[in-house]
Amino acid sequence: MRCEGVGGYFWNSFAIVIPAVLISTAVGALNGYALTKWRFKGSELVFALMLFGCFIPFQVVLLPMAQTLGWLGLSSSRAGLILVHVVFGIAFTTLFFRNFYVGIPNELVSAAKLDGAGFFRIFWRILLPVSAPIIVVSVIWQFTQIWNDFLFGVAFSAHDTQPVTVALNNLVNTSTGVREYNADMAAAMIAALPTLVVYVLAGKYFVRGLTAGSVKG
Amino acid sequence: MAALEIHNVRKEFGSERVLKDVSISIDSGEFLILVGPSGCGKSTLMNAIAGLEPVTSGNIYIDGKDVTWRTPAERDIAMVFQSYALYPSMTVRHNISFGLEMRKVPKAEREAAVERVADLLQISHLLERKPAQLSGGKRQRVAMGRALAREPKVYLFDEPLSNLDAKLRVDMRTEIKKLHPRLGTTIVYVTHDQVEAMTLADCIAVMRDGHILQLGSPDEVYNNPVDMFVAGFMGSPSMNFIRATLEADGDGYALRIATPDEVDLLLPWPNGPPYGRAGGAARQAGDSRPAA
Ligand SMILES: Nc1ncnc2c1ncn2[C@@H]1O[C@H](COP(=O)(O)OP(=O)(O)OP(=O)(O)O)[C@@H](O)[C@H]1O
Ligand SMILES: [Mg+2]
Repeated sequence: MRCEGVGGYFWNSFAIVIPAVLISTAVGALNGYALTKWRFKGSELVFALMLFGCFIPFQVVLLPMAQTLGWLGLSSSRAGLILVHVVFGIAFTTLFFRNFYVGIPNELVSAAKLDGAGFFRIFWRILLPVSAPIIVVSVIWQFTQIWNDFLFGVAFSAHDTQPVTVALNNLVNTSTGVREYNADMAAAMIAALPTLVVYVLAGKYFVRGLTAGSVKG
Repeated sequence: MAALEIHNVRKEFGSERVLKDVSISIDSGEFLILVGPSGCGKSTLMNAIAGLEPVTSGNIYIDGKDVTWRTPAERDIAMVFQSYALYPSMTVRHNISFGLEMRKVPKAEREAAVERVADLLQISHLLERKPAQLSGGKRQRVAMGRALAREPKVYLFDEPLSNLDAKLRVDMRTEIKKLHPRLGTTIVYVTHDQVEAMTLADCIAVMRDGHILQLGSPDEVYNNPVDMFVAGFMGSPSMNFIRATLEADGDGYALRIATPDEVDLLLPWPNGPPYGRAGGAARQAGDSRPAA
């Protein structure tokens, strides 16, 4: 344990969590949109396979994932850890967005198609503006999951790219002599703080019913 | 040249056959009204024309070009949806101008088009509102406005006036009636309103269970229905049916109408030999001749 404390690891966590949350939410939104509004043969099957991803225990994929990261030349790097979190997160974010977009009337997309808008334009102009509630859900969920992750962090990071959860464990396990409970507790609080802040801030924007009035009734 | 030609179109959802060999051909600038009981496939046919649902078989031609596999945007069609389908995040103004923006119409022209349809539909004071802040009838007018702002090859209107109050409906009907020759655009229009059908249409198509039963002018469909379903469906109040027997009467024929406890009523058959209708005779309600 070096003596600069958990500060550096705290920022490490942010550097991993923020891109991972943004990418997995964006990909999940596009997936959900394509799977509901641009159905193709086998889109239900694709969705079922993605759902499967929600039930795979993380431990099962540690070895194949390490292998894959090695092949990609991303072992022990921040980018590698982000990739792992994105791949795992997509199953959940796709599920969220798919279930949300199923409830948005298909006629909205039909009308936009007749108006001459294409795939991305319809997503950007019609669907995204009403997706705030589900974006908040996805961000909260992904942030919590990835911030609190220990297993991937300990398995796929080097000493200088460790997230704060791993550093916290090292701090508590490696201190010798009298246990510094105050320091341990302080580190634990710091590690828990961002998730709390996300809940408090994002919860405010958890608005429902934005699509009211677009269709009859 | 036919502006819109539908040739043997079939549509199946899984095993459910919703459109069964529908063929329609209308000339440029004609006003076609689709009527039929709920669930007979009117909206499905509209979606097929718009290209929103691929047809199972058959062909659709617009302006002589086969558009069966063209995208909705390429077909150049404007549609009013039965459920309005207004964009929830946009103001009324943007809802109306969105289609023009997508087609790269300059801003000044877009603004002018918005003002024009807003005036026409009396929604000028609502332009900055969101759809959620409007009543059903106002939403329906915005949906109309969104279609009318564009100048497409074909307009598709799926029950565009169903949610308006009686007075506004009559006003809008008059507006559409006046608008149609001015625009000169081909219109396909679905309605459950008999008056709308009889007054607006150049041509009425009566549908049932995915079939077109009769396609003809309002006069033809009303006075010369092909079968008892069409006869009973058109007209309000609807036609009375009286069972009668056809029999020889001197040189011609006569209809014998059984009237219990009284002498049977014998009506001379108008002219020529009867064909196709023996066994049942129909007459329009409100006909001046006395009913049995
Ligand atoms: N996506 C779909 N999947 C399966 N069946 C469908 C689908 N869309 C429509 N149908 C069926 O097709 C039939 C015709 O529906 P459609 O909406 O065209 O009726 P309609 O004539 O417009 O009725 P209404 O006058 O009530 O609007 C209905 O029986 C309906 O259940
Ligand atoms: Mg319908």
